[in-house]
Amino acid sequence: MSALALRDAVMAVRQARGDGDIVIVTMGAAREWQALGPLHPLDLFFVPSAMGHATSVGLGIALARPARRVIVLNGDGSMLMNLGSLVTITAERPENLVLVLCDNGAYEVTGAQPTPGTPAGRAGGDAVDWVAMARAAGFTAVLRFDDLSSWREGLPGVLTAAGPVFVHLVTQADADAGGPRSPGPAPDRARALRAALSG
Amino acid sequence: MFTGTQIAALLTRLGITHVVTVPDSTVGPWGDAIATAPGLKLVRVCREGEAWAVAGGLWLGGQRPLVMIQCTGLFESGDALRNILHDWKIPVPSIIGYRSYLNQTALPGDTCLVFTEPALDAWRIDYKLITSPDQYEELAAHLESCLAAECPGAALIAEGRA
Repeated sequence: MSALALRDAVMAVRQARGDGDIVIVTMGAAREWQALGPLHPLDLFFVPSAMGHATSVGLGIALARPARRVIVLNGDGSMLMNLGSLVTITAERPENLVLVLCDNGAYEVTGAQPTPGTPAGRAGGDAVDWVAMARAAGFTAVLRFDDLSSWREGLPGVLTAAGPVFVHLVTQADADAGGPRSPGPAPDRARALRAALSG
Repeated sequence: MFTGTQIAALLTRLGITHVVTVPDSTVGPWGDAIATAPGLKLVRVCREGEAWAVAGGLWLGGQRPLVMIQCTGLFESGDALRNILHDWKIPVPSIIGYRSYLNQTALPGDTCLVFTEPALDAWRIDYKLITSPDQYEELAAHLESCLAAECPGAALIAEGRA
């Protein structure tokens, strides 16, 4: 099966995001985001996190700031921990929210154990159909990418579509990659982001 | 205990912008009045842990949210409380229904009575127990002081049934 290197996938988002866009990164995506350079003032580096709650924090920011695009880079393990948030998001229908699911089929930061959504983690050897799940939840735009060139090509459309947008991005797992590191005290970062968004 | 109109008026007075909620039989009926009150928005979530994270995002975006759930949902919320209220120190106030406090007919021996207040203490949430409609102004004053101090505070509303 074709899959993107997570760093390449994340790099494409860094290059395509607008200067006024808010980007929320967590787990493996946060690790790669951090490795690629300094944070933008409108980045929410969601470390430390609560299990699976990047999507919910993203929804809150999207509702608070409807004039700004909010991009959430989430993992499949995190998404499985907060599946109800897919329905909460579509209930509110924020046009400015883009949820990018980086699906490597594993809990990567703990050593790449399989999730219950992937063939290796399921008795039947089948896989959860993320695209069908997002469509069933009511996302207005649902897209899937499994190679870098189509992801790069599709990103401008993803970032300008009327949301909520769901992107299923098939990525490679790296059992040795480890987790992200906090870039500084979370309360200070929270207040800085609130100030940046309130100004 | 209180009407939805009373609660909506109170929240408006406190400057609350969003009420993030999962209903129960006491706080749930307040939803319509909150949803139709000028300046207030009701956000329905699927599970209580989500509520704190959505409220956290709203706060980051410059709003003044409040979480409204039952104590059973408080128990479900542990990791979100730890993260939003304590890691990030986002001061989200809450109204929490205290199941069976006034009447255990429906659920004799309800363990909500055993665990609710210790759980609030464990999560370092400054709570005020409200057992009578006469305490409306005490409820307002407590939430107001928590908002002013930017500390996590809750109004614990005694309920009579599950």
